[in-house]
Amino acid sequence: MAVPVSVAVAVPEARRPGRLGRLLEREHVLAGVLLAPALAILTLFIAYPFVLGIWLAVSDKVVGRPGAFVGLENFRVNLNDAIFLRAFQNTFVYTFIATFFKLVLGMLAALLLNQHFRFKRIVRASMLLPWIVPTVLSTLAWQWMFDATFSVFNWVLLNVGLISKRILWLGDGTLAMGCLILVNVWRGMPFFAITLLAGLQTVNPDLHEAAEIDGANTWQRFWRVTLPLIKPIMLVVVLFSMVATFADFQLIYVLTRGGPYSSTHVFGTYAYEIAMRAAKLGQGASISLFLFPFLLLVIVFQLWYIRRSD
Amino acid sequence: MAHQEGPQVVNRRAFLQVAGAATGAVVAAGIPGIVSAQKPPSFPKGTKLNILEWVSFVPASDVEFKRLAAEFGKLVGVDVTVDQINMNDLNPRIASAIETRSGPDIIMMISNWPHLYAGGLADVDDVAEEIAKRDGAFYEFNRRACVVDGRWKAVPLCSVNSTWNYREDWFKDVGAAKFPDTWDELRRVGTDLKKKGHPIGQAFGHSLGDPNQWAYPITWCFGGAEIDDKGKVVINSKQTIDALKFTVGFWKDCLDEGGLAWDDSSNNRAFLAGEISATINGASIYFVAKRQFPEIAKAMNHAHMPRGPAGRFYSIGGQARSVMNYSKNQQVAKEFLRWFMERPQYDKWMAANDGYVVGPTPYWEKHPLWEKDPKLVPFKEASKFGRWPGYPGQPSRKASEALVKYILVDMYAQAIKGMKPEDAARWAEGELKKAYA
Repeated sequence: MAVPVSVAVAVPEARRPGRLGRLLEREHVLAGVLLAPALAILTLFIAYPFVLGIWLAVSDKVVGRPGAFVGLENFRVNLNDAIFLRAFQNTFVYTFIATFFKLVLGMLAALLLNQHFRFKRIVRASMLLPWIVPTVLSTLAWQWMFDATFSVFNWVLLNVGLISKRILWLGDGTLAMGCLILVNVWRGMPFFAITLLAGLQTVNPDLHEAAEIDGANTWQRFWRVTLPLIKPIMLVVVLFSMVATFADFQLIYVLTRGGPYSSTHVFGTYAYEIAMRAAKLGQGASISLFLFPFLLLVIVFQLWYIRRSD
Repeated sequence: MAHQEGPQVVNRRAFLQVAGAATGAVVAAGIPGIVSAQKPPSFPKGTKLNILEWVSFVPASDVEFKRLAAEFGKLVGVDVTVDQINMNDLNPRIASAIETRSGPDIIMMISNWPHLYAGGLADVDDVAEEIAKRDGAFYEFNRRACVVDGRWKAVPLCSVNSTWNYREDWFKDVGAAKFPDTWDELRRVGTDLKKKGHPIGQAFGHSLGDPNQWAYPITWCFGGAEIDDKGKVVINSKQTIDALKFTVGFWKDCLDEGGLAWDDSSNNRAFLAGEISATINGASIYFVAKRQFPEIAKAMNHAHMPRGPAGRFYSIGGQARSVMNYSKNQQVAKEFLRWFMERPQYDKWMAANDGYVVGPTPYWEKHPLWEKDPKLVPFKEASKFGRWPGYPGQPSRKASEALVKYILVDMYAQAIKGMKPEDAARWAEGELKKAYA
């Protein structure tokens, strides 16, 4: 009997917690309760659409009619579809080339922005503009610049005398793909620059000083000191960017709609045409889900790599 | 629309008066007269009607439509709301409305969409048949787009036709007093025009309208077709190859080389900037010219698609309105469609469109607005030669798949880029067989 008495004596005024209170005092219960809203949102807005997407991809669902399970038939159809295979190839070309340039140019911009100069803040803020402007709007401006008849690029090049005939920026498959990558790099580079800049600012200047005293030149300091230190942040940016570029839609849909002659379709644009404009939801879902296993691999690899580096 | 007042009002009134005894009585009795004479409103208080439409390219059309919708609401005591979205956003909106079985009671259908969405649409046979009985049979492309498995799934509304827009002055300069009547003649004239720095303009990129306005009709004009009336793919024919050869020659001799990069608005801009001498388009170029470039409006005219060995053809989708089968207000929705298509109401809406839309039955070819501006006449006449993607088969879901994959457009685009016409036709055959599988 000694123990309860001593407790009562120790906290004579404390109200005994109610049943709920006692339940919440258990750590795992409280954790569960606190996580529940986030979990509910994730289930509702991420998990449910994802599972539905998988179901659609293995069904012959069209708008307005219930779908039946067809196994991997949609994927078989995709692999026999020349436009799909071209979109497949384009998606990879588009993602890898654009991400590479965004990283290199973004890094360069970050290094420049990390220097001390007048109006530093204004320049840094204005860097973000292409990234902030809604893609559809900025892409419309690019559409004008690439216009077959009124392209400002052609106007300048013609007047300077560098070309004698208009260049059809979006009229040739390869050139159009180049233009799409250019616009994507223009739009995505600021995100790289600003994030990498944040990374650069965490690098302790003492390390640079020490390296300098040891006789390291600028390149060596970048390669041996800066880069290893900001590698984790770099990998995260690349990961985010690759996922976003893989799933890009607006930019391509506004500029070329996959044309000319289906040479610039990516998974997103082709899936939209099939699912929405031909109302074949199942087939469309199978096109957009085609990239899921690959994206999963990229994410798993990068997360593993980041953890290992930590 | 101020310019329509004056003598025009008298004309329209006169037109309505000859429009038959029943309609004459309607004009005399006013609009409330029609509704009360035919069907007294008997909808429970608080009944709502939500209509989803595109945003028209003619702002006055939207204004008049909303006014009429409100008028109907007042007449039958129903709360009518109209939502308008960009044409390109209609597909996803319709898909989500049908899948969630909730949303607008009436939705605009463009081209063969009733075939795509038949599972979500209510039958409207009575309304459509009543209109056909009163105004004459619908144009074949309107009917084909709306009848799915023998049932009317939408009530035809109109069509926005495209035809040749051309610079009369420049055509005269090269000796063409009028627009050529055959493709071969057009190629001869076009060659001279291009030599003079006035090429013809035609899009071959990926966009919904213009590229298809070439690809489908030119194939039919030369006697080719995607499929036969049984749905068998027949694209790889001598006729298609002839059309391909013609197009490649026409591209080299007559066309602006920008076409591969063009979308639906490129030719409008090029024409208004004086860069091209002719192009296939709706009346929008002319409307903008009248407002902003009167000298171009004066110098331009419209003409029919030339004839090929197999005849004269247009590809016309047409527009319609469907009652959704999930709607709890199907009765009032059908009443609205019936009321809107009655002559007094439709007449006003058509007048507001000023020649941009063509009525779904030959009855509306007699509308006075066509007399007001003879330059618009080819648009209304085009409906007689209108066919649909999938012709002579059905404008089915499979035809849509071929359309969204741009198979015909890409067949021509690839031939232009140097693929042998025979190979381009074979490529299209392979792709169409998959789409029509």
